Amino acid sequence: MPQFETVIGLEVHAQLDTDSKIFAYSAVSSGDSPNSHTDPVTLGLPGCLPVLNRRVVEFAIKAGLATNCSIQSESVFARKHYHYPDLPKGYQISQFDKPICLDGHLNVQTEAGEKKIGITRIHLEEDAGKSTHLETEDSSLVDLNRAGVPLIEIVSEPDIRSAEEAGAYVRQLRQIVRYLGVCDGDMEKGNLRCDVNISIRPIGEEKLGTKVEIKNVNSFRFVERAIEYEEQRQQAQLDQGEEIVQETRLWDEQRGATRSMRSKEFAEDYRYFPDPDLPIVKVDQAWIKKVKDSLPELPKEVFKRFQDIYKLDEYLSERLSEERYVASYFDEAVARHNNPQLLANWICTELFGRLNKENKEMTDCPVSPAHLAELVELIDKKTISGKIAKSVFDEMFKTGSSPASIVEKQGLKQISNSDELESVIDEIISANASQVEEFRAGKDKVLGFFVGQVMKATKGKANPQMVNEMLNKKLKG
Amino acid sequence: MAMELNKLSAVQMREGLLSGDFSAVELTKTHLEKIESSSKELNNFITVCSKEATDAANKADSLLKKDKSNCPKLTGIPIAVKDMLLTKGIRTTCSSNMLKDFIPPYSSTAVEKAEANGAILIGKTNHDEFGMGTSNENSYFGPVKNPWNLERVPGGSSGGSAVSIAAGHAAFSLATDTGGSIRQPASYTGVVGIKPTYGRVSRYGVIAFASSLDQVGPHTRTVEDAALILEAISGKDSNDSTSIDLPVPDFLKDLRVAKEQSLAGLKVGLPKEYFIEGLDKEVEESTRRAAKELEKEGAELVEISLPHTSAALPVYYILAPAEASSNLARYDGVRYGHRAAKISNLSELYEKTRSEGFGAEVKRRILIGSYVLSSGSYDAFYHKAQQVRTLIIDDFKSAFQNSCDVILAPVCPSTAFKIGGLVKSPLKMYLQDALTTPASLAGLPGMSVPFSTDSNNLPIGVQLIAPAFKEDILFKTAERLERVATIDTSIHC
Repeated sequence: MPQFETVIGLEVHAQLDTDSKIFAYSAVSSGDSPNSHTDPVTLGLPGCLPVLNRRVVEFAIKAGLATNCSIQSESVFARKHYHYPDLPKGYQISQFDKPICLDGHLNVQTEAGEKKIGITRIHLEEDAGKSTHLETEDSSLVDLNRAGVPLIEIVSEPDIRSAEEAGAYVRQLRQIVRYLGVCDGDMEKGNLRCDVNISIRPIGEEKLGTKVEIKNVNSFRFVERAIEYEEQRQQAQLDQGEEIVQETRLWDEQRGATRSMRSKEFAEDYRYFPDPDLPIVKVDQAWIKKVKDSLPELPKEVFKRFQDIYKLDEYLSERLSEERYVASYFDEAVARHNNPQLLANWICTELFGRLNKENKEMTDCPVSPAHLAELVELIDKKTISGKIAKSVFDEMFKTGSSPASIVEKQGLKQISNSDELESVIDEIISANASQVEEFRAGKDKVLGFFVGQVMKATKGKANPQMVNEMLNKKLKG
Repeated sequence: MAMELNKLSAVQMREGLLSGDFSAVELTKTHLEKIESSSKELNNFITVCSKEATDAANKADSLLKKDKSNCPKLTGIPIAVKDMLLTKGIRTTCSSNMLKDFIPPYSSTAVEKAEANGAILIGKTNHDEFGMGTSNENSYFGPVKNPWNLERVPGGSSGGSAVSIAAGHAAFSLATDTGGSIRQPASYTGVVGIKPTYGRVSRYGVIAFASSLDQVGPHTRTVEDAALILEAISGKDSNDSTSIDLPVPDFLKDLRVAKEQSLAGLKVGLPKEYFIEGLDKEVEESTRRAAKELEKEGAELVEISLPHTSAALPVYYILAPAEASSNLARYDGVRYGHRAAKISNLSELYEKTRSEGFGAEVKRRILIGSYVLSSGSYDAFYHKAQQVRTLIIDDFKSAFQNSCDVILAPVCPSTAFKIGGLVKSPLKMYLQDALTTPASLAGLPGMSVPFSTDSNNLPIGVQLIAPAFKEDILFKTAERLERVATIDTSIHC
């Protein structure tokens, strides 16, 4: 039996986070009552005409630049025809042979190291509406709120060889569009969705095998599982001497399998032709430059900066650069108090831990970066101990108050006054003669007992370093 | 006097209203009465807005009474509108069973502009379904008749619109022209018709036939009226990306200046390819005589060649159906319009709705259009036709660059033919468009001006074609022909 390799190309649809639709004035909004965001253009009324939303073009340029594409000075909208009740005009306005972005790539991180995955093109198009098929009644419902919502479709080269690579690629794309602020990347809501083109071929074979398209796979895990399933299915098919049928399949999460949707014989002829209602989209160098200048630092660059400038390790750099919001939170905190290492530790352990526990997003975080910086500064200045800091943090998370005010109000200031500490220590030593004996007999561990007693007496506020030094001195006395 | 009001031009009506010779109510009433007396037989209206028009006329009168000097330029003037242009709250059928009960929630920009200028909508006119036809026989509401001879067609697709002017039902009318739909009926019914430059008038709210060709323009009684109305409806519209952002000249004022001057220096091109075999002898004579008249006025006549003229018709009958097949895909019975009864599944809904909703000619063009766009024939048909379209555009460019300022040609090969005469031979019917489609494909302004009558006493128009956005040249040339025309255009008013 020959060994097979898998060849995968991905088509990722990202919903653009604009205020209004791609060709109409209605708002882009989800969750509202059906058909509340419609207008003559969205409804496909007779006589209506599309007018391109300029912001949509800007978002596509951003996505193109961030994925190393060349932005085309002229691109063309085309009509893609098919009949379905949630497609009001009987055609979808998309881009066909002249998309806005061409020839990009991403370098993704895999177990085996970095891998370059080509991006064939990015094109603009409008979304269709949503159909709901009622099981109890003999009818279907159509909601056109989503019709005309802007999308970009990012088409990869067939460079992907495994489920792992596919997952890494989609994760990175999602991270980029989120960083750019062009798409919220919510896969559950379908704001980012993925079609998988997959075929297998004997290793060493140049020619591609017959491909199968898996539609609308809406999570990273499903992408990976669908690919793994399909690899096995196709291999088993070939092993039995059967041929792969070119078809469209759907991922069925409940069954953990793909199933056939339609074969190529029933594939539609979309009768693409340039949309005569829309002029050629022209993007000049000045516009590209303006967008380029406005691009945020991308995740990879942030990751590298955290390692190089802040000297953080790979783990912390990665976690802090995952989301643009977290990265700028961290940057702001560091700007206020220059201890990146300690701030990074606090964010990645205490803050993330607490958010996770309360099922909150970073964007809902009650602790501001300024407050967190202040807290770490209090530790660094030895105003409070690390231990006290944790309870201060607790209060900060609950109330959103500043650490200084919490320390002040609750009298948590560390005792670093040697006179004050001395009288406490003297009292404890005289009250625990037997333990003093033990220590002097060489039982060093007893020191911990004394430290604990001092902390207890000062409600944890004693400066631990000073307590240690003074106890040692006095006990050895 | 009262009945004579129908014979006035819009410019004369304006003068009469301002000087108080008659009121807007009287004007509207006269037109409604005329409609009442002859529109049934002519079948040129699908909807008559008697009540709305009377209300609007009353308003116009109080406006005229209050402040004459600030009344917009079309105040109180009754207009008809082709039933392909949406009119908010007033049924807009597209002469189709598909939309026979469709009441639009918004108005087309052209209608909105006319109404903003004070015009009074008096009714919606009949036409070939979705603009597809040259005889006005392809309407769900039946054929329109030619007032010059009730056995003859008025031309199409904007037959009802042209007839409204010829029969004195309105001062002017708004129509659309895709391959000749304003110019050909104008010629057949003895009225003025102009198809402006593509992009001059917004297409927003105009039911689309072929988007890269459709253009709104008026049918009028005089050339001055055409200048007046075109200015009122032109201009960039943010709702139509293909409308052009260019200043709109005061066409009427410019025309009145040009009127006083000789045509010396104006080069009039006569394209030899337009004087084709099969061109009616009387039409040819009339056209050549029109040229001679311009020469008398000082113009210089030059013979020119537009070598790709014969390709225009096949190119048009590939591109227009292609775009139509796409534009008409939205009529599916789901959201509005006709919806088939008793259907059991989705494909049946589509099949039945569209089979019942569209007429034969519309179906024929959807089939042609779907075919030429299908993946197997796109290159051989649609793509090739686009390439040839460029050659046709280049023909005109080079003629206007090197030889002439305006082109003079016949509008159509013959005068109005008999109702039913060409129904059985669609190809002959399509040939009617041979001389109007070239300017459409090139996006150029074209005009038909009534000039003479043939031995059957049927009108013959003359076609003028100018460079893009040079409608002023059309007006000044057409007005010379109007002066010497040998046709009484008000005879049926």
